[in-house]
Amino acid sequence: MTVLSGTGLTRLYGDPCGDCESLTGDDAGRNRCPACGTIVACADVSLDIERGEVLGVVGESGSGKSSLAELLALERGEGHSRGSVRFDGYEGNLLESDYDTRTRLRNDDLALVHQHIRDGLTLSFSGGGNVAEKPLAAGERSFEAVRERVRSLFEQLEVPVDRMDDPAETYSGGMQRRVQLARALVTDPAVVVLDEPTTGLDVSVQARVLDTFRRVQRERGVAAVVVSHDLGVVRLLADRTLVMRHGRVVERGLTDRILEDPHHAYTQQLINSTL
Amino acid sequence: MDPVKPTRTGVRTVSEPDHGENHASDGTTGEATDESGGTPVEAEDVDGALAALDGAGLAGYNYAYLDEHTKREVRRAVLKAIAIPGHQVPFASRPMPLARGWGTGGIQTTLSLLGPEDTLKVIDQGSDESVNAANIRRLAERTADVETTTDTTAADVIQTRHRIPEEVLDRDQVLVLQVPVTDPLRKVDPSDAANRRRHAHANYGKMWVHLYENVVEYGEIQVASRYPVTVAGRYLMDPSPIPRWDVPKLNDADNLFLFAAGREARIYAVPPHTDVEPLAFDDRPFQVERFDAPCEACGATDTYRTAVETDEGDRLVVCNDTSFCLKRREDAGLAKDHHLDRDGVDWGPGTPDADDTDQEPATNGGDRT
Repeated sequence: MTVLSGTGLTRLYGDPCGDCESLTGDDAGRNRCPACGTIVACADVSLDIERGEVLGVVGESGSGKSSLAELLALERGEGHSRGSVRFDGYEGNLLESDYDTRTRLRNDDLALVHQHIRDGLTLSFSGGGNVAEKPLAAGERSFEAVRERVRSLFEQLEVPVDRMDDPAETYSGGMQRRVQLARALVTDPAVVVLDEPTTGLDVSVQARVLDTFRRVQRERGVAAVVVSHDLGVVRLLADRTLVMRHGRVVERGLTDRILEDPHHAYTQQLINSTL
Repeated sequence: MDPVKPTRTGVRTVSEPDHGENHASDGTTGEATDESGGTPVEAEDVDGALAALDGAGLAGYNYAYLDEHTKREVRRAVLKAIAIPGHQVPFASRPMPLARGWGTGGIQTTLSLLGPEDTLKVIDQGSDESVNAANIRRLAERTADVETTTDTTAADVIQTRHRIPEEVLDRDQVLVLQVPVTDPLRKVDPSDAANRRRHAHANYGKMWVHLYENVVEYGEIQVASRYPVTVAGRYLMDPSPIPRWDVPKLNDADNLFLFAAGREARIYAVPPHTDVEPLAFDDRPFQVERFDAPCEACGATDTYRTAVETDEGDRLVVCNDTSFCLKRREDAGLAKDHHLDRDGVDWGPGTPDADDTDQEPATNGGDRT
């Protein structure tokens, strides 16, 4: 059953001339409109996410992955957005929904793990406080219940529980990542969007973060969209994968198929260039 | 030739044809008053202008110091604030003869409300006698021609800084509270723009995290003053720096509470009989301050007490509300609702109540959950 679906997702930065989309893309080999200079971050991307599945989005830097993640997570970015996002249980196109609907959805059912930690966490708050914010904002009024939930998530995600009351700014990068994951998972959402979940982590910490996420994701049956430039991350987590270039989806399919039998020239290059 | 030209000293002189008369004796010339009600000053320099005003008294000042348009604008803001309980309403906030942050919002609101029939009381942290309270009282006395009092029960309008009186206010009284910081959310986010959006959508998660962390640190909510409250189930409001002791008095009161901040140019209100609920967890309830000893002056156990130092250097713990403490010294059993012909008036913690007289008053926090 489809939980989250996007149709014709497009985001443009600049002052579009009208021909931007036909003048850019994979065939044209650019994402900047030669006529007016508008950046076509992503154009006409459609995708569906089933309950409990993990969808990977790979592509080089600047290929529109983060813009797509922001659109799916209903982040209010700058630029012109088009297309429609539908979510199981909510009416209509959520890109056009009002603040209340969006806030309710993002509090209860859909969570975004930001690429930049500063966008996702209030670093002056404690790690536990950052995670507690979501159930508290959703109306939970029992202190002990909130605390217990935070504690159990910290244990599951292997964040040291005795550090949960320290300010998040004193945490290491890997801990901050995991606190962000805890914050995303605390309200038991149906879908989590992870934007570059392992940026800035060394390989062993990366592996542990991804491992714990995969375990928790399977235990809870959360669907996820994992955006990464790193094929290894997608190989480890994703059931299906989209490959993006110049703001367009150039190839899509089961992750195994894409990795073993890439069709598009860019995908072949991407796989061959893995160190 | 320039008819009006700033002189070196910055005083604008009026160069009318000199008719040889000197108005310096009273500083005003009835017929020279211009349209806006201002009075041209005939002087060569600042010293001359000041000398001309010497002994002028209140001539040239409007009733209650502020001009009528300003008072009307303040009253409009007050009406809007009453219509949207707990919402911060902007107002023009004129310069007053004291620095912003010293009660200018309260003074403007008080002066806009006063009429010659009214009686005014001014409290500064429970005391009627502080310099600021005495000066504000004197300003109102001189410009608005009102009676002043230190007796809470005799006042029509009470301007106060950081306390709500111990004696119960009734429906004919208005309490004007001076407010230094209008937005409770500023504690958790310094951005007023972001906070206004949070108020618009009743998105108060960050404030709850603040309380959560408070409990983590102290085991209970320890917010000394400016305790965040929800007004009428909608807006989060800063009740000004009153102690927690006074917060329950805001709930379902008979009187009108006005909150005014001159520096921030905002007015907000809690109308009579409005629900005001302090933020708290189900398992960590709101609590008022606890006191170990009764007042050393009047023996009260049901009032908010603070430590004062006497001239001899002794440290005394006494009632913070001095006017009620004086009354209690005459009559130790005086109830907080002694002046009302009703029983069981609930006013803050420990109010004598016919139903639960056996409760120990000063330790019963959060009696309205």
